[in-house]
Amino acid sequence: MDGIHDMGGTDGFGKVEPEANEPVFHHRWEGRVLAMSRAIGVFRAWTIDTSRYAIELMAPSFYLSRSYYEKWFLRNQNLLIERGLIDADEVAAGRALRPAKNLSRGPFSLADVDKVTRRGSYGRPAPAAAQFKVGDRVRTRNIHPTTHTRLPRYARGRVGVVERLHGAHIFPDSAAAGKGEDPQWLYTVRFDAQELWGPDAEAKLKVSIEAFEPYLERA
Amino acid sequence: MHDAAFLGYISSMAEHDHDHNGGSNLSEMELRVRALETILVDKGYIESAALDRIVELYETKIGPHIGAQVIAKAWSDPGFRHALLEDASKAVAAFAPHVGNVGDHLIAIENTPQVHNMIVCTLCSCYPTDVLGLPPTWYKSFAYRSRAVKQPRAVLADFGVTLPVETEIRVWDSTAETRYLVVPMRPAGTERWGEAQLAKLVTRDSMVGTGLPKKPSEVA
Repeated sequence: MDGIHDMGGTDGFGKVEPEANEPVFHHRWEGRVLAMSRAIGVFRAWTIDTSRYAIELMAPSFYLSRSYYEKWFLRNQNLLIERGLIDADEVAAGRALRPAKNLSRGPFSLADVDKVTRRGSYGRPAPAAAQFKVGDRVRTRNIHPTTHTRLPRYARGRVGVVERLHGAHIFPDSAAAGKGEDPQWLYTVRFDAQELWGPDAEAKLKVSIEAFEPYLERA
Repeated sequence: MHDAAFLGYISSMAEHDHDHNGGSNLSEMELRVRALETILVDKGYIESAALDRIVELYETKIGPHIGAQVIAKAWSDPGFRHALLEDASKAVAAFAPHVGNVGDHLIAIENTPQVHNMIVCTLCSCYPTDVLGLPPTWYKSFAYRSRAVKQPRAVLADFGVTLPVETEIRVWDSTAETRYLVVPMRPAGTERWGEAQLAKLVTRDSMVGTGLPKKPSEVA
């Protein structure tokens, strides 16, 4: 979707302000939100793509005015309700009002921690041969799906060069729409800055994206 | 995706939030987060001790010191450097199960005198967490996400870094599940240094590409 989250190239956000000796969490609750996000993953009630899409769907004014972990919290709580793991009246009450339905496994416990503090694998067997090879010139499609996509706006309809092949991966556009993994070849596609930003682009700059095959056509 | 409960929840939060700079919103968040944790524990989804452990891991065990050891090893051992650039997930897992618990799709890219690499995620906050820990706030900020792909030299200036005009800047937008780790250039004057000492030169920002390693004089 052409959402507020798609920030590459947007002007007006000012300088980057690194914080010296930044703590991992600025508030205790931020750590709890992060940990809950990881823990609830073992119930496989939604995918990483769904969780990103849920944040993208937040109203732009909300997205811009809330902190990172506030958005995560709201996303978690909403998806937990939407997928039936908890109920809205329980959130209102601040406590459980009824037992969990169809609990697929025991509670997330200490023994499960290692599983969720290491990234999983998103690679899948390729459904077909790759259409492009390293060195090919490709053009990104000028697509504007209203649902989740990982093709950023600044890199649509642009000509670049395939630099790397990463095998086939879960296709986020499909997974976030609840249409299954639909694995697609994943490429690193590199663009000259002028192709993206025109004649006033910074000199000696190249930018790459990770592009799924359906985002690309031969140039 | 947006049911009435969700939208109602947003407006209820907005009503609570009169003062962004005051403490009320934060304590409100603390209460709401505690309530959700209570519900999840009571319903049998999670145990709080396991959440404690995750927080502790990210605060004390999973951080940029892991990446720093990987980089120091790459600087010291040409065979490892080659393996790292070939398949970073495999190389790091083989090098040091004790160092980190590294998942798939980690890719190491090397800075050279000709090319300086920088990593960003313009769409969200994708970051090589297994080797660098959780991303700092600046990495997730709108300023970084919006500018890194368009004005990386200006962004580098925000970090106090100026590169020679002839250096090419290569920005990698992490738009998929691949995760990038920058291998910075080994500082001159460290030829006799061992890995442990070299690791002290490797900053988090140097592995994201918004910084350079420390000078030998800074850690000697």
